Amino acid sequence: MTRTGARVALPGAPAVIGDPGWVRGLVIGTAIAFVGLFVLVPLAAVFREALRAGLAAYGRALVDPAALAAGRLTLATAAIAVPLNVGFGIAAAWAIARVRFPGRAILTTLIDLPLAVSPVIAGMVFVLLFGAHGLLGPWLAAHDLHVIFALPGIVLATTFVTFPFVARELIPVMEAQGAEEEEAAIVLGASGLQTFWRVTLPRIKWGLLHGVVLCTARAVGEFGAVSVVSGHIRGRTNTLPLHVEILYNEYEYQAAFAVASVLVLIALASLVARRVIAHRVEAT
Amino acid sequence: MTHDLGGAAAPFIAIRGLTRRFGGFTALDDVSLDVPGGGLVALLGPSGSGKTTLLRILAGLDHADRGTVALDGLDLASQPARQRNVGLVFQHYALFRHLDVYENIAFALRVRRRPRAEVDARVRELLALIQLETLERRLPSQLSGGQRQRVALARALAARPRVLLLDEPFGALDAQVRAELRGWLRRLHDEIQLTTVFVTHDQDEAFEVADRVVVMNRGKIEQIGAPAEVFAQPANAFVMRFLGHVNVLDAELADGRARVGDVTLDVGSHHGDARGRIYVRPHDIALARAPGDGALAARVVRVTPLSRGLQIELQVPAIGARLRADLDWERGAALALRDGEDVFLSLRQARVFAPRREGPEAATEPPCGELPHAVHA
Repeated sequence: MTRTGARVALPGAPAVIGDPGWVRGLVIGTAIAFVGLFVLVPLAAVFREALRAGLAAYGRALVDPAALAAGRLTLATAAIAVPLNVGFGIAAAWAIARVRFPGRAILTTLIDLPLAVSPVIAGMVFVLLFGAHGLLGPWLAAHDLHVIFALPGIVLATTFVTFPFVARELIPVMEAQGAEEEEAAIVLGASGLQTFWRVTLPRIKWGLLHGVVLCTARAVGEFGAVSVVSGHIRGRTNTLPLHVEILYNEYEYQAAFAVASVLVLIALASLVARRVIAHRVEAT
Repeated sequence: MTHDLGGAAAPFIAIRGLTRRFGGFTALDDVSLDVPGGGLVALLGPSGSGKTTLLRILAGLDHADRGTVALDGLDLASQPARQRNVGLVFQHYALFRHLDVYENIAFALRVRRRPRAEVDARVRELLALIQLETLERRLPSQLSGGQRQRVALARALAARPRVLLLDEPFGALDAQVRAELRGWLRRLHDEIQLTTVFVTHDQDEAFEVADRVVVMNRGKIEQIGAPAEVFAQPANAFVMRFLGHVNVLDAELADGRARVGDVTLDVGSHHGDARGRIYVRPHDIALARAPGDGALAARVVRVTPLSRGLQIELQVPAIGARLRADLDWERGAALALRDGEDVFLSLRQARVFAPRREGPEAATEPPCGELPHAVHA
């Protein structure tokens, strides 16, 4: 072996800090192998399994009434949770980036809580609060309001799990931009609302859109928290991820993977959207 | 005490006892000031002197802990920023980066829901004023610093404000553009006669543009007056040191005379201390090749040509001090001094100030000039 002194200086890399070629090869190779094994192979497997019985069977699995109901519920949940979190995210980001108030650091930390706790626990918290034996359960039952095992519970759990996404996206954007343009708008005679629509929003729109994409992707794909509060009532409280689980447990592999492939496509679309938007966020 | 800026009529801006603290830091300390209508006033001081805080309180972006501000006889406290109709130009312009030049200038009129034709007429008028008619569709990022500055000014003027406030308006520009814009701002003011207050830390800028200069330091007003007045008759050591380079010499003081080394000179008023400091401007030091009456021997350390003449750094062994003398080109050429040569210096004029009451003077002194304070033995 006569590899001594064979320090390959790659173009653009100063030789002084250049690692030996084989180290680079090993690192890059490991990364690619890892992504292939853990991302690409499973991805391919999903589609292979979904299409195993042919396109017709694939289509049947998607238009099955239970699948369609799950799809509608998932969309409805996202359609409520995402706007709620846009409102919350803008308010929280504005408060943290623009106002110095006591408890600011605590709020900043708490926003990340849903990312830190297991979604199952998030779901259980809502059951403890709103369930039949929960804190507010008797009151809700007396007024004939259904939260757990119904749409409100699913929306609550989804909103909780997804609320960091918009706020976390906006806080650094608003902090980097500073308040000067908003101050300028106010001195020029703009009201608070005019300042928001004409100055704040146009400047954060790409960051906001990025947050919305992340928030939507998570809202559509959330399993753990929703699983706890949903009750798995087929055709009524099943979202797409829960529907996949039920099909799988019933040994309907092909149908399970067909529905799963829809979720995978949504995820891929959000990845593409993120790439496109990320450039715009950097540019503003 | 109220500092009156001249106008015989009622002041347009009347500031009374303004105090503002940020935690333990006092940004403004009981400041009172009158600005006459149509005046162009410079707030001049080092950073941290409170000048920007004063401007932000006038604009309504900050509030005072104590004191009042009245504009045209009306107390501003009851008017939120958006209702004051004050034009403010930010140090870094704060142009709306997502709006083009035209829409930036139109902003104040758009939020007032003015008819389209009126907005267009006013924006065109201002574009002509700032000579940027051809760039109306550019975004701020596509403009040079000087152009952005002019757009910021036009935007501030669009709604015909009652007062124009400028925060370090030329601070971020290079020297040549700065000089051009100063002249332009002065002419613009003469044309539109809008009451203007601008903040600067640059003495040349204040003197060139303003009718009146307000020298500020540590939240207080040190002196107020026309530029020539403030420069010729500095009220205290701070003003003297802040307005250009000054040589500070330890001296023995007695009976209106100061003794420096083996030379005695007349310093007029004197406040009783036996030991004190005298202040000498570089242009008040005369140099000669031959020894003369009341002259100190010195050695030339360094000769530096500057735009206005020669700057000579001198070592004076008798008092163990380094001094700076400025010569005009003519005198400089006549003497033809070189580094290391011996010369004799005499002081044409020197000043003595009463010690400050509120503490050690050194704490209030700005860094002055290039020379170290070698004199403080």
